[in-house]
Amino acid sequence: MKKEQRHLNVTAIENGTVIDHIPANNVFKVLHILNLENNKNQVLFGDNLDSKKYGKKGIIKVSNTYFDANEINKIALVAPTATFIEIKDFEVVTKKTVEVPDQIKSIVKCFNPNCITNVEFVPSHFTVVDKENMKLLCHYCEKITGRNNIVFA
Amino acid sequence: MKDKSLVSITDFNKEEYLRILEIAAGFEENPNQKLLNDHVVASLFFEPSTRTRLSFETAANRLGARVIGFSDSGSTSVKKGESLKDTIIMVSGYADIIVMRHPRDGAARWASEVSTVPVINAGDGANQHPTQCLLDMYSIMQTQGTLDNLNIAFIGDLKYGRTVHSLVQAMCSFNPTFHLVSPEELKLPSSSKMHIKNSNLTYHQYTELADVIPIADIIYMTRIQKERFSDPLDYEKVKNSYVLDRAMLHNCKPNMKILHPLPRVNEISEDVDETPQAFYFKQAENGVYVRQALLAAIAGVK
Ligand SMILES: [Zn+2]
Repeated sequence: MKKEQRHLNVTAIENGTVIDHIPANNVFKVLHILNLENNKNQVLFGDNLDSKKYGKKGIIKVSNTYFDANEINKIALVAPTATFIEIKDFEVVTKKTVEVPDQIKSIVKCFNPNCITNVEFVPSHFTVVDKENMKLLCHYCEKITGRNNIVFA
Repeated sequence: MKDKSLVSITDFNKEEYLRILEIAAGFEENPNQKLLNDHVVASLFFEPSTRTRLSFETAANRLGARVIGFSDSGSTSVKKGESLKDTIIMVSGYADIIVMRHPRDGAARWASEVSTVPVINAGDGANQHPTQCLLDMYSIMQTQGTLDNLNIAFIGDLKYGRTVHSLVQAMCSFNPTFHLVSPEELKLPSSSKMHIKNSNLTYHQYTELADVIPIADIIYMTRIQKERFSDPLDYEKVKNSYVLDRAMLHNCKPNMKILHPLPRVNEISEDVDETPQAFYFKQAENGVYVRQALLAAIAGVK
């Protein structure tokens, strides 16, 4: 292990959340979906780090910030394998895993160019009809956006 | 159904379908009932559709309602860039019910969410056209005496025909057997077939129209459009294979009726019009009674 990588992995945070096991190269999407671009606390992240489980992975550490289930599940589309490790006083308090939510709002664009959500300022809204294959039924145009058509808003 | 919007045919359940059809039968017997004297119905056609607009406006007028609106967004503030949301919020301050047609898929659902009054979808892009579906069901009920256990054949463009998708979905509540006749390129989409399977019903697929004529209680014809084919030669091959003429009806069931959402081009030859099987013009007339029923039910006066 390179020195700086070990440093990032082991740097303890006093209070906050470590998001571990993010698929490599999806760190930036996770930062965006969780709106960490605008977080005023210390945010550390790394990408393409060595992982015993996945080969390569990404990791994010955010001080003084905790995520509720709703927010955690928002990243199901880009990081279903991620773990949210909550730290208080340097101790791991809980570990939370990502679950595919029943409804997905605002984060994904409908693939149908004629859908009203792509023409006017309408927040997108999908029902996840197939969690394994990530099939999203648009609440407005009633068309299915599949895993291969997913584009983030 | 009072104050309820109708955006998608699945917004209503089986009991609600039957209730609308029952009220519609009352309006067919006695069309001029001034039940909506104190109502204003907004008829907002963001794209032109003369047939549907006239049917809705006739329905509203027969109920005594006042109708406001436009028949083409070209002459409105929409052209100046007003959002659908703003138009709907404004109109819902004026009218008691909004009837709308819009070129974008999902526009009616969005309108129903921002409107303070009920919205009836008169067609949103390629998505839904639920009042067409209800008038189709009314016509099936009227000609067969029941909606249950029928053999229903759909002919032509089953891939893009939204009326077919909605009617398949709605009829799944009534234990039919579906007979699907189309060219290879225009078969019923898998989402609709899934709906049939999930309802534990059966469908059969054919490429020859003649095969289903002796079996069907209802033959639902659709128009095959040239622009649906990427290769014009493929269109030339099939354009005359799904045309119904009088001679083909010799072995049909005595109760069989032919439906078509209209307008037709050449898929039903004119010599069929005089046969007892032709029902498509009466079907269009039925649209007025069904729309009267819907307006009255949503206004809470029936
Ligand atoms: Zn959509």
